[in-house]
Amino acid sequence: MQSLGVLEISRRDLLVASAATVTVASTASLSHSQTNAPAAPQSTKTSFTVNGERRELQLDNRTTLLDALREHLHLTGTKKGCDHGQCGACTVLVEGRRVNACLTLAVMHEGESITTIEGLGQPGNLHPMQAAFVEHDGFQCGYCTPGQICSSVAMLEEIKANTPSHVTGDLLARAEVTPAEIRERMSGNICRCGAYSNIVDAITEVAGRKV
Amino acid sequence: MRFDTPATTNPIDQGKVVGQRIHRIDGPLKTTGRAVYAYEWHDPNTHYVYGYVVGSAIAKGRIGSMDVSAAKRAPGVLAVVTSDGIGDLKKGKYNTAKLFGGTEIQHYHQAIAVVVAETFEEARAAAALVKVDYAEEKGVFDLEATKDTAVKPKDGEPDSAAGDFDAAFETAAVKFDQTYTTPDQSHAMMEPHASIAAWNGDELTVWTSSQMIDWWRSDLATTVGIDKEKVQIMSPFIGGGFGCKLFLRADAVLAALAAREARRPVKVALPRPFLMNNTTHRPATIQRIRIGAERDGRITAIAHESWSGDLPGGGPEVAVQQTRLLYAGANRMTATRLATLDLPEGNAMRAPGEAPGMMALEIAIDEMAERLGLDPVDFRIINDTQVDPENPERPFSHRDLVGCLRTGAERFGWQDRTKQTATRREGSWLVGMGVASAFRNNLLVPSGARVRLDREGIVTVETDMTDIGTGSYTIIAQTAAEMLGVPVDKVAVSLGDSRFPVSSGSGGQFGGNCSTAGVYAACVKLREAVAQKLGFNSPDELTFAGGEVRVGDRRMPLAQAAGDEPLVAEDRIEFGKLGETHQQSTFGAHFVEVGVDVATGETRIRRMLAVCGAGRILNPITARSQVIGAMTMGVGGALSEELVVDKERGFFVNHDLAGYEVPVHADIPHQEVIFLDETDPMSSPMKAKGIAELGLCGVAAAVANAIYNATGIRVREYPITLDKLINELPEVS
Amino acid sequence: MRAFSYERASTIEAAAKAAAGTDGAKFIAGGTNLLDLMKLEIETPTHLIDVNRLGLDRIEPTPDGGLRIGALVRNTDLAADGRIRRDYALLARALLAGASGQLRNRATTAGNLLQRTRCPYFYDTNQPCNKRQPGSGCAALGGFSRQLAVVGVSDACIANHPSDMAVAMRALDAIVETVRSDGTTRSIPIADLHRLPGDTPHIEHVLERGELITAVVLPKPVGGKHIYRKVRDRASYAFALVSIAAVVMQDGTGRVAAGGIAPKPWRDEAAERGLPNGAKAVTAKLLANAHPTEQNAFKLALVERTLSAVLAEARG
Repeated sequence: MQSLGVLEISRRDLLVASAATVTVASTASLSHSQTNAPAAPQSTKTSFTVNGERRELQLDNRTTLLDALREHLHLTGTKKGCDHGQCGACTVLVEGRRVNACLTLAVMHEGESITTIEGLGQPGNLHPMQAAFVEHDGFQCGYCTPGQICSSVAMLEEIKANTPSHVTGDLLARAEVTPAEIRERMSGNICRCGAYSNIVDAITEVAGRKV
Repeated sequence: MRFDTPATTNPIDQGKVVGQRIHRIDGPLKTTGRAVYAYEWHDPNTHYVYGYVVGSAIAKGRIGSMDVSAAKRAPGVLAVVTSDGIGDLKKGKYNTAKLFGGTEIQHYHQAIAVVVAETFEEARAAAALVKVDYAEEKGVFDLEATKDTAVKPKDGEPDSAAGDFDAAFETAAVKFDQTYTTPDQSHAMMEPHASIAAWNGDELTVWTSSQMIDWWRSDLATTVGIDKEKVQIMSPFIGGGFGCKLFLRADAVLAALAAREARRPVKVALPRPFLMNNTTHRPATIQRIRIGAERDGRITAIAHESWSGDLPGGGPEVAVQQTRLLYAGANRMTATRLATLDLPEGNAMRAPGEAPGMMALEIAIDEMAERLGLDPVDFRIINDTQVDPENPERPFSHRDLVGCLRTGAERFGWQDRTKQTATRREGSWLVGMGVASAFRNNLLVPSGARVRLDREGIVTVETDMTDIGTGSYTIIAQTAAEMLGVPVDKVAVSLGDSRFPVSSGSGGQFGGNCSTAGVYAACVKLREAVAQKLGFNSPDELTFAGGEVRVGDRRMPLAQAAGDEPLVAEDRIEFGKLGETHQQSTFGAHFVEVGVDVATGETRIRRMLAVCGAGRILNPITARSQVIGAMTMGVGGALSEELVVDKERGFFVNHDLAGYEVPVHADIPHQEVIFLDETDPMSSPMKAKGIAELGLCGVAAAVANAIYNATGIRVREYPITLDKLINELPEVS
Repeated sequence: MRAFSYERASTIEAAAKAAAGTDGAKFIAGGTNLLDLMKLEIETPTHLIDVNRLGLDRIEPTPDGGLRIGALVRNTDLAADGRIRRDYALLARALLAGASGQLRNRATTAGNLLQRTRCPYFYDTNQPCNKRQPGSGCAALGGFSRQLAVVGVSDACIANHPSDMAVAMRALDAIVETVRSDGTTRSIPIADLHRLPGDTPHIEHVLERGELITAVVLPKPVGGKHIYRKVRDRASYAFALVSIAAVVMQDGTGRVAAGGIAPKPWRDEAAERGLPNGAKAVTAKLLANAHPTEQNAFKLALVERTLSAVLAEARG
């Protein structure tokens, strides 16, 4: 129960949130007038699997996978850092591959399987990569962290699958887990707090090499 | 608790919990995506709607007219609140530019409207339909060109002097005079500014991302025109700030006004490409440094002048600050001048003053050492001072800059540095080493906390302190655990809520020392309450350990002191004159090894080491993280970070994370940090000082000096990009 | 982002036809550039045709010993392909130098070719930009131009093409295969795919309305040493200031294309005949008609120095 205090505040303030907003009446949001809309439908019924659970949503076509996760499914572990593919905070796994959830539309993922940070592990039952990030202090503010962790899990799989990188010396040799490889392959995940050195240690440990 | 005499032995000195390597208590939440940030508060019974901001397309002028008819007709739109429609709003105390309201445009991307719609997609699309006619005015955007119009700022200490600089410099055996520039920089924290605002009658609750809860509370109340008591601010998790979330920002104001207009809770996040011009930045500087010395290396005269710009009513970047204190020298002067610019608001970014000041000063010291034929480490050691050089009666509370430099030189292998530049070559790399001192003042800010002991033996700490990645949750838990003799996992910490006692907040590297000192004060009161409850005269008779209270052979569970009602104590640390009688600062040394590609001029960092002397280290894990993070930011400042000013149109052009290049993984090697084992009893009962900004101050200069050592090319304009090296690199064939 | 309707195309022909027959239609593949631009309303399609499930994701040998790369092959998969790594290392290297792991997992072969400039004025809809809004002017010319093009530019536009992949493909003489809305196909040498800005910088390529890239064909391997050298400020996840794609044969002859410096991958077959004589001669010819700004003039020296380093590396 190390995070007792923090968990407690989250619960308590959710209650505060409810209390503070009782004046608000709620109406369904997708039934609004479409006066300016072209004839073709601008929303689409979409279903995909998120963390093993099948989810079906009627979504405005413009909804990114990121906003579908955060605003519709309330899986807010996936972060919006830039919304333009420039930071990696929104990294999730689609069919096992890491992608920027901000630069893909939810409707494009019909029938696919998505894993978010919530699907990797939970407090008390951490994924080895999550545990290694805690152990090595591979984060500070925590905002890029889910993206870093999802990215690193998929990145190690890419190395296993012998996908080369920019720093791979010999394209015909097997890809290896080295600090240089990890740094290059993780460069799509920006951490402004600057936890890079610790993140590389965490990933190296999980990859089974002594730090 | 008033802290006005140096700390003596106290329970913190036990070091059973404080000072130990304890992992972040918020780690499991952050690594699993369960930590809830501002935009993410969700109550399933509440129907949130979305606000999207519209920013000014011009840098200076007035709004002629705004046509929001198309936006209002757009699907899903619930309300449009415009700046000209709402009229002038009162500006908060801490802002320079107004965040919203009125028709005057002070800078590019200043917020001028917020469009509220049922969904984010609808709000964003409708915001693009707002049409604005501007009456554009000519602005001033070029610091260099306007430098000569800069004036002495009204506040602070724009001038300082001791001895007779001019005379001493004139007669100095060895003289040095150079000018340096640092660019505008962006905080670029990963979480964009975001707020959710909800009204309940005349009461406003805002979930936001704030470093300083009480400042935001006051300024938001002022801006929306209600009593401070009616405002509640919630900010338990903050996705980085670095100074950009010190002061109230437009997202909170817009969310509050939009929620009032739409009569719904409204979510507003500032889009990333909008953020760099809408919010604040570290202002660019021009800095002139003159040093005179004896041939043996003793500085006899030192002068540092700095020019920066800001909007009318703004302040300067106090880049000369450290030069008043860092090195000896009987004759000295500093001057700070401020030009008026119509760029976005300049304000605090991590180590304001010292960060850009050290970028310049520590190159100058390197240059002067070379001119004197001295090793740059030795030159710094020769000019160490144990007293405030402007006022020799006033000692430093504790200063071991020399220890930092010596330890670092030894650990880094400084003796292997080639004295002659551009002589070490490894393949296509020119390799060099650089050093810089690190220096940042230690600031003392009052801080309050409330501590509660319940019958389960759980200690709950409540304070409006924030954790912006610094580790506040953890070090506060450690402090309470140490004081009350319980393990860390019996301490619950609740932060970032305006209903809690006002704390120092997070800024100026004062948060760690001051907020824990506030918790210390509250815990002292709780110990007294426990003693009284258990029938003792004074807590001094008692030992708090192992979840028990012990006196001689008697042992009682701590929890026994709490009944059905928990035992509650609240206090606040206030600081006396120790910060005036003694100069309190933090010290360090940065060592960097770089490689510069001989053909392209690309610089890559190979090794980095920081040695820090900053009082008691409350938690070596989180303190080290602060330092490596600062070192990383320093690399960005040295090599790539620059908000590029379009001097015609008056805005920062590269206003997103693709254009403004902060370091990525591949830019940063393994980093080493050493903390000197020291305490500073003048700073607080914690005997700790700041660390988070110290880690940044000097890094960029160490990189610059390493580039010089590698290439023989001295660049005095940051960032040191390859285009500034390429014409002086050796021929390639 | 403006509202749009969406369809998932099931055949190539249907996709091309739908695109030609619907006003404001656009294909979407990886979406990594298009959605970025749509969020800023720089791109404003009213209808999106999702071509991700057309089966264009295979890499197959051609009868003459080359490779046909499906338009939807993701950058990651193309770079990881054993044949590409062995016979077209230049292309693998260029791909791996671009973007990030996440983006390469989505970005496609055709999308990469058609990605738009990263000029900051193009990206800021408050600013004049002849490419985004014809006739509005070019703010980059007198503004921030450090990243932008030095050759192939015009008074109307100095935007550069940001691709790494396309530079390697240009050096490898790739052929772009398309299907037009009437069902006919054509093959376009990559040299002819992109247009220089002239007075019409908003027209960036020769594809017709509804024309869909289906594949990129690489001629049979040419051997030689393959070197792709990307020069940038950050060590990764950054666009090129300059890049050099070179294939150098044992006798010193070879091919060279440059990225980061022009509105399209930049190659001059006449210039590269000078390769055995070193970088200086090649660069002089390659950049003969350069019109740099004060801010990006360093790219001229950088091209030459980078090419020198590449040739030195090729010599071993």
